[in-house]
Amino acid sequence: MNVVAALIAVIGMVILVWLGVGVLKLYTLFGVVIPYAAFLTFLIGLVYRMVNWAKSPVPFKITTTCGQQKSLPWIRHSRLESPATNFEVFLRMALEVLAFRSLFRNLRADLRGRKLYYGSSKWLWLGAILFHWSFFIILVRHLRLFSYPVPGPIDLLDKVDSFFHIGLPHLYLTDVAILAGLTFLLLRRLVDAKVNYISHASDYFPLFLIFGLVISGMLMRYFFRVDITSVKELTMGLVTLHPKVPTGIGLIFYVHVFFISVLVAYFPFSKLVHMVGVFFSPTRNLPNDNRRVRHINPWWENVPPKFLTYCEWQEKFKEQLESAGQPIDEDCYKEKKES
Amino acid sequence: MALPKPDELLRDVNYDRMPAKHWMDTKPEFRPGAYCYAGKPSVVEELGLPFPREWQPHDEDWKLPPNWKEIVLNAIKDRAERFRSFKLFMDICVRCGACADKCHFFLGTGDPKNMPVLRAELLRSVVKGEFTRSGKLFGRLAGARKLTEDVIKEWFYYYYQCTECRRCSVFCPYGIDTAEITILAREILHEIGVNINWILEPVRNSAFIGNHIGLQPHTIQENIEFLLMDIEEITGLKIEVPINKKGAEILFVTPSADFFAEPGIYTFMGYVLLFHYLGLDYTISTYASEGGNFGFFTTHEMMRKLHAKIYHEAERLKVKWILGGECGHMWRVVHQYEDTMCGPAPSNLEVPKSPITGTVFEHAKSTKIVHICEFTADLIAHGKLQLDPSRNDNYVVTFHDSCNTSRGMGIFEEPRFILRHVVNNFYEMPENTIREKTFCCGSGSGLNTDEYMEIRMRGGFPRANAVEYVHEKYGVNMLACICAIDRAVLPPLMNYWVPEVQVCGVHELVGNALVIPGEKKRTTDLRFQPLKGVEEEENV
Repeated sequence: MNVVAALIAVIGMVILVWLGVGVLKLYTLFGVVIPYAAFLTFLIGLVYRMVNWAKSPVPFKITTTCGQQKSLPWIRHSRLESPATNFEVFLRMALEVLAFRSLFRNLRADLRGRKLYYGSSKWLWLGAILFHWSFFIILVRHLRLFSYPVPGPIDLLDKVDSFFHIGLPHLYLTDVAILAGLTFLLLRRLVDAKVNYISHASDYFPLFLIFGLVISGMLMRYFFRVDITSVKELTMGLVTLHPKVPTGIGLIFYVHVFFISVLVAYFPFSKLVHMVGVFFSPTRNLPNDNRRVRHINPWWENVPPKFLTYCEWQEKFKEQLESAGQPIDEDCYKEKKES
Repeated sequence: MALPKPDELLRDVNYDRMPAKHWMDTKPEFRPGAYCYAGKPSVVEELGLPFPREWQPHDEDWKLPPNWKEIVLNAIKDRAERFRSFKLFMDICVRCGACADKCHFFLGTGDPKNMPVLRAELLRSVVKGEFTRSGKLFGRLAGARKLTEDVIKEWFYYYYQCTECRRCSVFCPYGIDTAEITILAREILHEIGVNINWILEPVRNSAFIGNHIGLQPHTIQENIEFLLMDIEEITGLKIEVPINKKGAEILFVTPSADFFAEPGIYTFMGYVLLFHYLGLDYTISTYASEGGNFGFFTTHEMMRKLHAKIYHEAERLKVKWILGGECGHMWRVVHQYEDTMCGPAPSNLEVPKSPITGTVFEHAKSTKIVHICEFTADLIAHGKLQLDPSRNDNYVVTFHDSCNTSRGMGIFEEPRFILRHVVNNFYEMPENTIREKTFCCGSGSGLNTDEYMEIRMRGGFPRANAVEYVHEKYGVNMLACICAIDRAVLPPLMNYWVPEVQVCGVHELVGNALVIPGEKKRTTDLRFQPLKGVEEEENV
């Protein structure tokens, strides 16, 4: 049900583009208006999201410590797993964001009879790394459509990505990698009973959407060649804010553009915000220096705690204290007289 | 209901078989052994918490206040405004499932709603369904639903089936911390009078008497005197424990279970022997007589109310710094909350400095509270303790990292360093079950009540399973830990799964090994068990 709904949504988009561009010839709407609107939604939505998170304070320093704390000088603390300084936090975050450190820890538990076994399980990590890094490189590679002349590094990236010179045009490694990553992530959601059980349609939807995006892109490059000069004319027009719509670009290009538009517009309002959210995560982005540096909670800063004071307690248990020979604090009475 | 035998308990558990029904359509079953009793009206009332009334979770009607829904929705909004963690964790989960089989309750029950991702989703779905347009529009497709009374019952069942151990947050690629979600969910439930007695009664006792079971000042003293008599019988040493002594250098705060409950009392005897050996100028307090803090399992405000007494007492007694005993959640509170909620520390406190070694505990320079394992490890490293580990030769020891001190503090090496010096036989459990990947005892966060025994035995199963492994492989018969809840709940857990294994605190073993000037030749350990070799000698 969830899978079908998500798939229908994505197929519906193809039909929509076919109707809009193929039948109704709304080139400007699909080539200019929708991309601009989507990009604006992305920017505004993302800023709104980040401001919204930032508006809520971090009342406590709740670092998840995954390694030895910094305590006695002769005990080596874990700089990456229990960072003691902001620089070490930076390293921990870098490893988390760039290398998916926590996913790399993943284990699998198996119950046989009444015995539990744990095995290393790095497939999820591998699938996630393949997918995310390929996506990132592909995005950067696309900058050559938005720049003139194309900067050297982007040209170089292009050359490296198509290094093996397979087929013509040369096959990009990242195209293969992202397909592999996506396929794994999708299959995992379908096949693994636990992950399947927790998946919503909104978990399948972005997967299908990105699948569509990648496949339409690859079809354009390797099979139904589109006129790259016209495409660049359009993209350069978009980026220089002088949009014009050249004729004769294939329908498939508009499908591709529509997919990316929907993806970026959907981004800030969905789980995809994890990309920026991870930077805000208080269990990861704070140092484990709680006893060394006081953390301030803004909503408690000028609110003193309410509790049973010693003197109130002493009054209550005076008899017991006296009979047990425990000292009575005379200061309690002094203070009373003074005040 | 009698507990099934260990071989039968997990018969129906299968991690790869999920219910046919969607999780939004299944309801928890409040059967004996699987839920905790509701807070007694008198206790709820005395604490000033809302809606005291007679009710039980197995009742059809929970007698919620008429405007319960409004209260809950406002509470959610309020928490989102005050806790970035909550807001963020509701937004960014991608349901990758890395956490799914990391939770001890999932591993022991196979219940999908014990997967941390679904535990969070129980609340997330309501946040989406009640507060977001897409959730209202797409409903279940977007993982959204409306808040109903059944949802409240489900929250109660599963947020009191999470021990806030944070194991899932180690594996989550975004560090989503279910403990944080559970803490806030419980806080929200308190606002409509949904609570459990096993947490609230200790909170009441701590707030108005001083400690969990409500030991009054003279009773604490009597208990300690009783333990000192045992010490005298074992070592021949006459020792005194200073109580409420003004001007002492150090205030020692430990969980109150160490005063009265086995095997915590042996740990307490260990502390006392160590302090005597050192000639330490310290005092305990019968007012701030609880290191543990069940307020942490209630609300942030309640945690603060209970914990504020420690600094208050340190100020009154004019001590220089505070030493904390072996306790799990006490140390999460001390390490991650104390300075923020009760600080800055009173001005009479100084940066802690060991009077024996001169070591300045720079890492605690703001809170001024040092963990006893840090203190003792420093002593051993400086060669200040004469130790005879052979006195622990009856024991083959392994070490259980407590959740809170592991993932909410990071104290891994200190207790191990001590253990390697006080025992001859020490073996680690498998690496995926210790340190930051350690498993909960299954009864943490205030769930250590007898009526909850079935779930406790299930939740503790992964821990027990790892102990069983080292028991079979190395003959381990002693499970050392640095947590009072562990000391209370691991014995029944071991008794159920691995009956040959006993439980102790690290400082009990220190107390056994410590060679104290003026003591008589010891023939038994602190449990009055004959030392290895002694019996044979006497028989010759």
